[in-house]
Amino acid sequence: MGQTVAFWIMAVVIVGTALAVVFLRNVFRAALTLILCFIAVAGIYITLSADFLAAVQILVYVGAISVLIILAIMMTRGIQKGDPANKLQIPAAIVAAVLLGILVYAVTSTPWGISSQPPLTPTTEPLAAKLFSENGYILPVLTGATLLLAAILGAIVITRENHK
Amino acid sequence: MTIGLTHYLVLSAVLFCIGLYGALTRRNAVIILMCIELMLNAVNISLIAFSSYVVPQLLTGQVFAIFVMVVAAAEVAVGLAIVLAMFRHFKDIDINNINLLKW
Repeated sequence: MGQTVAFWIMAVVIVGTALAVVFLRNVFRAALTLILCFIAVAGIYITLSADFLAAVQILVYVGAISVLIILAIMMTRGIQKGDPANKLQIPAAIVAAVLLGILVYAVTSTPWGISSQPPLTPTTEPLAAKLFSENGYILPVLTGATLLLAAILGAIVITRENHK
Repeated sequence: MTIGLTHYLVLSAVLFCIGLYGALTRRNAVIILMCIELMLNAVNISLIAFSSYVVPQLLTGQVFAIFVMVVAAAEVAVGLAIVLAMFRHFKDIDINNINLLKW
């Protein structure tokens, strides 16, 4: 019962804020509603009993990515008023609606093999065991670390002023 | 009516399509990055829903979601750096006006 109520509240907030991100003219307000959308997604993770990922969602998305986006909006001041949608509006709406129809049809008509076991909680310790154990995902973890390092270096190099 | 896997997957599909529509129609480069973040979040919701309904004791989907988050963080860092460099060079971040690579 509680899960049902929580799911519907979070779902309404997510869809509403996502529509606001897409349709709001003011870029700064769109960024603020995007933060609300990230928080609601963290709530959805909690209803799925993924507690560690909910915490990571708050830390990474609400804490870091939103700050980066707002910083970028403030650095590009002056172009944030009036952002009219371009000429692709009607074809894009058709593409999105068709894709949504296909996805919903595929989701509802597929017989998913739903397990009867209860989900594992708390998830932090088993996740760490999965990520860092010898026959786990240690190679992707290290690759991800390298990717993050490359991304940080790339961002610094791209944004650096060119002093000749 | 209890909430099942289908509810989460439909929510994820709706969020993904809203993000796709935004990424195709908006002209501000920062908003396009925000819409891509929406789409990545939709994928994460479906991964975690599969993980907790199909293999509840294995957490495989949650591990994948962590890697999606890592790639999303890297993507947004480089993307916003490109937007800033673009703004410095063209004094504009309207995608329709920046078409040097358009044939």
